[in-house]
Amino acid sequence: MTKHVQTQISMFDGAILRQAGVDAVKKLNPGELIRNPVIFVTEVVALLVTILFIRDLITGASVFFTGQIAAWLWFTVIFANLAEAIAEGRGRAQADTLRQARTETLAKRLYDPERKELFSRVSAAELEIGDLVLVEAGDLIPGDGEVLEGIASVNEAAITGESAPVIRESGGDRSAVTGGTAVISDWLVVRITAASGSSFLDRMIALVEGAERRKTPNEIALNVLLAGMTIIFLIAVVTLSGPGRYSGADVPVPVLVALLVTLIPTTIGGLLSAIGIAGMNRLMRFNVLAMSGRAVEAAGDVDTLLLDKTGTITFGNRMASEIIPVSGVTEREAAEAALLASLADETAEGRSIVALAQEKYGLRVPGEPPVDARFIEFSATTRLSGVDLGSRRLRKGAVDAVLRFVRNVDNHGVSDHGFAASVDRIARSGGTPLGLADGGRLLGVIHLKDVVKPDIKERFSELRRMGIRTVMVTGDNPVTAAAIASEAGVDDFIAEATPEDKLNYIRRAQTEGRLVAMCGDGTNDAPALAQADVGVAMQSGTQAAREAGNMVDLDSDPTKLIEIVGIGKQLLMTRGSLTTFSISNDVAKYFAIIPALFVTAIPELRALNVMGLSTPQSAILSAVIFNAVIIIALIPLALRGIPYRPLGAASLLRRNLLIYGFGGLLVPFIGIKIIDLAVTAMGWA
Amino acid sequence: MTLNGWLQIAIILATVLLTAFPLGAFMARVYGGKHNLLSPVLGPVERGFYTVAGVDPTREQGWRSYALAMLLFNAAGFFLLYAILRLQGFLPLNPQGFAGIAPDLAFNTAVSFVTNTNWQSYGGETTMSHFSQMAGLTVQNFLSAATGLALAMALVRGFARSKAATVGNFWVDMTRSVLYVLLPLSLVTAVLLVALGLPQTLLSSVDATTLEGAKQTLALGPVASQVAIKQLGTNGGGFFNVNAAHPFENPTALTNFLEIWQMLVISVAVVFAFGRMVGDRRQARALLSVMGILLLAGIAITYAAEAAGTPTLQAASINADDGNMEGKEVRFGLALSALWAAVTTGLSTGAVNAMHASFTPIGGLIPMFLMQLGEILPGGVGSGLYGILVMAIIAVFVAGLMVGRTPEYLGKKIEAREVKMAMLAVLILPTAILGFSAVAAVIPQGLAGLLNAGPHGLSEILYAYSSAAGNNGSAFAGLSANSPWYNTTLGLAMLLGRFAYIVPMLAIAGSLAAKTKLENSTGTFPTHGPLFIGLMVGVILILGGLQFFPALALGPIAEQVLMLAGKTF
Repeated sequence: MTKHVQTQISMFDGAILRQAGVDAVKKLNPGELIRNPVIFVTEVVALLVTILFIRDLITGASVFFTGQIAAWLWFTVIFANLAEAIAEGRGRAQADTLRQARTETLAKRLYDPERKELFSRVSAAELEIGDLVLVEAGDLIPGDGEVLEGIASVNEAAITGESAPVIRESGGDRSAVTGGTAVISDWLVVRITAASGSSFLDRMIALVEGAERRKTPNEIALNVLLAGMTIIFLIAVVTLSGPGRYSGADVPVPVLVALLVTLIPTTIGGLLSAIGIAGMNRLMRFNVLAMSGRAVEAAGDVDTLLLDKTGTITFGNRMASEIIPVSGVTEREAAEAALLASLADETAEGRSIVALAQEKYGLRVPGEPPVDARFIEFSATTRLSGVDLGSRRLRKGAVDAVLRFVRNVDNHGVSDHGFAASVDRIARSGGTPLGLADGGRLLGVIHLKDVVKPDIKERFSELRRMGIRTVMVTGDNPVTAAAIASEAGVDDFIAEATPEDKLNYIRRAQTEGRLVAMCGDGTNDAPALAQADVGVAMQSGTQAAREAGNMVDLDSDPTKLIEIVGIGKQLLMTRGSLTTFSISNDVAKYFAIIPALFVTAIPELRALNVMGLSTPQSAILSAVIFNAVIIIALIPLALRGIPYRPLGAASLLRRNLLIYGFGGLLVPFIGIKIIDLAVTAMGWA
Repeated sequence: MTLNGWLQIAIILATVLLTAFPLGAFMARVYGGKHNLLSPVLGPVERGFYTVAGVDPTREQGWRSYALAMLLFNAAGFFLLYAILRLQGFLPLNPQGFAGIAPDLAFNTAVSFVTNTNWQSYGGETTMSHFSQMAGLTVQNFLSAATGLALAMALVRGFARSKAATVGNFWVDMTRSVLYVLLPLSLVTAVLLVALGLPQTLLSSVDATTLEGAKQTLALGPVASQVAIKQLGTNGGGFFNVNAAHPFENPTALTNFLEIWQMLVISVAVVFAFGRMVGDRRQARALLSVMGILLLAGIAITYAAEAAGTPTLQAASINADDGNMEGKEVRFGLALSALWAAVTTGLSTGAVNAMHASFTPIGGLIPMFLMQLGEILPGGVGSGLYGILVMAIIAVFVAGLMVGRTPEYLGKKIEAREVKMAMLAVLILPTAILGFSAVAAVIPQGLAGLLNAGPHGLSEILYAYSSAAGNNGSAFAGLSANSPWYNTTLGLAMLLGRFAYIVPMLAIAGSLAAKTKLENSTGTFPTHGPLFIGLMVGVILILGGLQFFPALALGPIAEQVLMLAGKTF
């Protein structure tokens, strides 16, 4: 199970709310607000109505109605700001935990890598790219870098939340170290690869805080749409004065403003950036760091997943699935021999043989190994392991090695009894056969199998329903790969995959119009990570990989690719659903305000007052109040995201259109009516 | 409403669908440059044109150069037509000896025919010489319709292609539109119309003696040829002032049938062609369903409103079963008048066979609203298709996110640039309609043209600008539009409605063509099922309704509620 850096931050933490309240008022600064055209327009007209209110106050005209409209318009702006401020506040709380790791460290800067006793102590902030530093047990690594020399265990809990130390060594795929993590044993010589202030941890904090937040492509497009709709309604409302005067219905400015503000998409305009920030934070809680919001959106669009076989589709290790005796040997006999031969074998394969013997063949593991047992350990030259037990010499191992062992003991024609046939069958099914022998006698074959994770097939068919193809990447030969692929239910596989194969596969898929996600950790994965639309680098991977990807998984868990796609989709769905809701709201608002506007001039238009609102004033006020309050009501939904289900696009559309489209038509009719009753009861209008 | 009435409506619409399908297949081949039914005959002619004009048909254009070619061509057409109208007195084929046309009216008329609006501030038989009608107006009838078709093809190519820099060749698309589509259909249907009783002559008039023995002069002219293309090209500028209500333009129920078929057939066929060109005919069916549902609703409401009649008529104890026959031709009746009214405004034709101003307020609201929805039901030839595709882009963008992917339509990602251009295009209608109406409703120059007071007067103004900006051209009647104010502002509204819409639309075509066409999967937003059809109907109604509801509330809606309360204007 992965541990998370950040504990779940509750939706409405008191401290965050208080700070958000202050920030919401600060955000009234028009210079900042202009980035959000809908809310900016709302602020401008709120100001206009406030000026009219003050004018009426001075001239002594009736101000009660204008004052209330002005107040609710300001509330609308503040509520919208509040949504963003809460989302930011939650991010900031996450960043604070991270920041604790970035305490000021002293670095041991080396003059000469050959002479490790010669160093000067400098502040980590003074380190420059290319500097060599020595980090010894108990030291914090002063900055991001590459291990040049040495091997050490490093505690990376500050970044990943995982307290078990990891090995970092020079060369290979485990050479990257991150500033702020601690060396527990041994020492390392590290070459610094990131300037102070732009280290991984710094970027992480900046991302989480939202300081580096830029609008994502889809957000920009949505903003264009919202700005366009704002202009359309601005035209509709401003030009209303002409026909209004023609019909003898001169509409006062505060009422026109009320009409405008209720029509422009303030709901989604106010919640849009909160939705984006919350999406990034949701990913962060999964311990995945997206380097940009664009990557999160791309994750929602992905339709091809490249998954590494090992660890994602299968358990990392091969496991024994059956023991096939040769003829003349009982199953139990063979299983017992396998059990004894594996008693001292601490590898996963060995343990799986023991487990199989116990579970499938009902054998008991002796409490203590027999006294006369002499265990033979596996070695790369013999490729055998086993036990000598009295006269018995039990061995298991690679088929050819076992055969050689048997011939050595008894050179006079080893009897096969179906051994070769079993070996052949296992190999063809994609498994690995292990020979089993007792001295000069072959006992049987152990079937080692890449065990596909139990729930993975279900996950893949789920993905298929969502229109996502899965591609298994493996170093296995095509026969083995095909067998596992069909067992796991992936759509395609790349066997004997080299990093170039991956890159080429991605390129080909992209020219076919597909969007590809993959994860990787090695330096040679970097080109493919960069080419993929979503490249998730493992935190345990190399610096090159981490830089090529657009996301980093702090848990280094390749399975997470599937969750990442889900989070991306959820973000987009939330945005779309609230936009639809916001726009469908307008229908009811029209039926509240239009009759109220003209009923004095043309009393017969009261026929349009389908909600039966009590007076024109209360109708207008109720619509404005509803418009403001709905923003607050939807903040939790915007932050949490709408419920996400892995369904096909057609059923998702049906579902969300029903809830947010039709719901959006219906809810304001009810809401405005209730507010109207309240407003009338309170005597506000 | 009667079963008989509905049967007539159903037969006409079914005939349109049945014939538009093969025509669409034919058009897809024509615009794809493939061998087709007519290429043995017309192929050499087509190539001859290219040789003479120095056009290399294999050299395609990017959207900018396509747009520039289109604008220059239309500008040239405008200046030529303006000159013909102004200089009419000096030009041949002017048996009535009409003088040159006043500058504001010439401007309005030239713009009107170049933009495929065919709004008529003039009375044809009392203003235009045969030369102006034939060499001026009829030529533009062909060219403006061909322009619409060409533009639609450019947008369709944007969807159909992947990573392409070009959207087609404007000159080739124009030539093919006229040569393969408009001319053959006009030729055949003009002959049919003559056979059914329309005049086709260069005589200016004929004298007749009425039953009472009075002498009457009946205006004549090359009517059939002009009616054929005015209907086929969704132009609508009639030879006579009262358009298709005139017995020489539309003498019988049979010509009425043929003329409604003419209006619809190309616009519907373009959608079928689109389905074939993007390689997914289900998409065409979906768009046609959207158009069909909204158009049928329009027909039904108009028909119902007219059949219900008015309290005034009932109070005058006129046979209530007749409904509201005011302003309608007895030979067409309620059903075919309602059908024509909805079709002519759902399309951008604007020809009329009844006076929309005399409809009940609701019956008159529908044609007005259909125009305000952007002339996409199914819209003008070509322009209807690109109009509804722009709406589809907006609908997909709003709702597409709900399936958890950034929106795509027909395999193309809809991103900021497309949305920006689509919004620019969509902004044009409310700006032109509401902006000009608001001014016209308060200034004396605007109010001077009104025949009626109260909400009906407002409807007259709204209708005029909706018709102009939507490039429809039908008139509500009642409004005296031949004044410098209306001629000029209506002309501007037509220009905005046509060209300010086209340029962003072409920008979309260019930007779509350049994108990779994405593969479809079950995760893709489905744009062919009933759900999407319903969604698009909703988006079109909400977007259009929200823009125009306040103005409509003071116009026809107010008139309706007042009428029910016994007040008339």
